[in-house]
Amino acid sequence: MSDKKTIPNASIGSSAENSYKKPETTRRSFLSWLTVGWAAYIGVTGGFFTVIIRFLFPNVLFEPPQTFKIGYPEDFSSNSVDIKYKKQFNAWVVRDEESIFALSTVCTHLGCTPNWLPVESKFKCPCHGSGFRMTGIHFEGPAPRPLERFKISLANDGQILVDKTKSYKWEKGEWENPESFLKV
Amino acid sequence: MLDAFKNSVDYLSNPTISFSLLTVLTPLLFPPTDWFDKINRKLRLHLLWTKTGCAISMAVITFFFAVGFLDENFSVILTKADNFPIILMFYSIFFCTWLAMHKAYINDERLEKGLKPSEYNDPDDKVLVWPDLVYIEFIALILFTVFLVVWSILVAAPLEEPANPASTPNPSKAPWYFLGLQEMLVYYDPWIAGILLPIFCVVGLMAIPYMDINKKGDGYYSFKERRVGIFIFMYGWIVLWLFLIVLGTFFRGPNWNFYGPFEYWDAHKVVALNNINLSEYFWVKLLGTGLPDNILLREFVGFIVVGIYLFITPVLLAKTVLKDMVKSYGLVRFGALMTFGLVMLSLPIKMYFRWIFDLKYFVAIPEYFFNI
Ligand code: FES
Repeated sequence: MSDKKTIPNASIGSSAENSYKKPETTRRSFLSWLTVGWAAYIGVTGGFFTVIIRFLFPNVLFEPPQTFKIGYPEDFSSNSVDIKYKKQFNAWVVRDEESIFALSTVCTHLGCTPNWLPVESKFKCPCHGSGFRMTGIHFEGPAPRPLERFKISLANDGQILVDKTKSYKWEKGEWENPESFLKV
Repeated sequence: MLDAFKNSVDYLSNPTISFSLLTVLTPLLFPPTDWFDKINRKLRLHLLWTKTGCAISMAVITFFFAVGFLDENFSVILTKADNFPIILMFYSIFFCTWLAMHKAYINDERLEKGLKPSEYNDPDDKVLVWPDLVYIEFIALILFTVFLVVWSILVAAPLEEPANPASTPNPSKAPWYFLGLQEMLVYYDPWIAGILLPIFCVVGLMAIPYMDINKKGDGYYSFKERRVGIFIFMYGWIVLWLFLIVLGTFFRGPNWNFYGPFEYWDAHKVVALNNINLSEYFWVKLLGTGLPDNILLREFVGFIVVGIYLFITPVLLAKTVLKDMVKSYGLVRFGALMTFGLVMLSLPIKMYFRWIFDLKYFVAIPEYFFNI
């Protein structure tokens, strides 16, 4: 390697006339500009975040109610999955031989929405292929636990009432809880 | 004739087969040891890195896509606007790999004869980064921008209907560059496949300069001088990343089942995928009892397996095969290298266990979202 250094002619500060000149600033003017600068900065950022936070609270919320009635137990034929409420309430209503329960439509793997395949009689997730039986038990693919069940009960008028604010997990033994299914 | 070709491609693309083929092929194409090198020469695989080899491979890739475009099933996948980059990827990846290996082989021969590598320049004859290099980069940038603009004008962005949490499209595919990740999610719990492994990928790539203490091959192409490093990188990059992207794009259909590229996407294809955890294998199938209530007792086999894999293997290797390496690398560097290597290798291991034994998780504690 050679020691000679090349300073390209075009670099900044290579000639006298465009070299750096010391600006004239007094302490007083510097401080007042500093104040103005900070005030402007705080004003702009504050306004920005105010608008952003306001944006998070919409004027109207179109959210389906968390508790809803789905009709009478007789409306559901045994050994069938009702997908009517999937779209609006994200729940499947399943009736097997002795009970009715409401399954959450959120895949326990990463949260996609599985599809009910009547022919194969299973829920199958299109994202990574997890499969769940009609009961919600996982048996295929990567899902580590069964679908969750929602609280279900009979309302005073005899209709079935589903409460999504409470869910029951199989792996915690909560499916034994009488609130998680409806005896029929 | 053509049907036979399509059928055999469909058959070979079954992940168990295609993945195994690639795993065998990588050390033959990028031989890490003399033994592999001998087979490479015997099979004349090194001819791939000649100009004829390049022309023939490009022709093969083009033939494959031409057959694909004429096929009623494969053309649906190929002509999707999302998948255009994958087709480009085949060409660009092959070309870049070929170019590097081509130059590396030339240099390897020169070095063997005692010559300097072909990139060698007289130090006094250097050019400056500015403007020489930056200009070239700038021109490349402009050309690439033009290409992107033209592309985005010609091909409309594949927008779909507004997102609806109640219905997930079937199959539901991530953007093409994430399909490798999505494929990993099939085998691993989200926190491993989505967080831990990507972190290991990124940190591992950043750590390469610190872990690779081989001073040779600096500033010029060469294969022989760093063949182990190149092999490991190529395996991780081509098989564990790019192939998974191709797999996700071409071989995954409705319900995330496997389909050959020329196969019709029958949404009712029945595939038995009954997956079982290691704990169930041990307690239920082997011992014939139920799963114990105590979580730690239930999963202890899994913990032992994972523990042996992560902590005993490096020690064993350090005491036996890799003894010299520990000496030259030092303990810390060796440990880091082993950690990254074992984590990387855990992916194909897990995949094979899933494909062959239907094993879901080694350690499955869904109660605490801890599944390995
Ligand atoms: S989100 Fe359902 S399988 Fe991954």
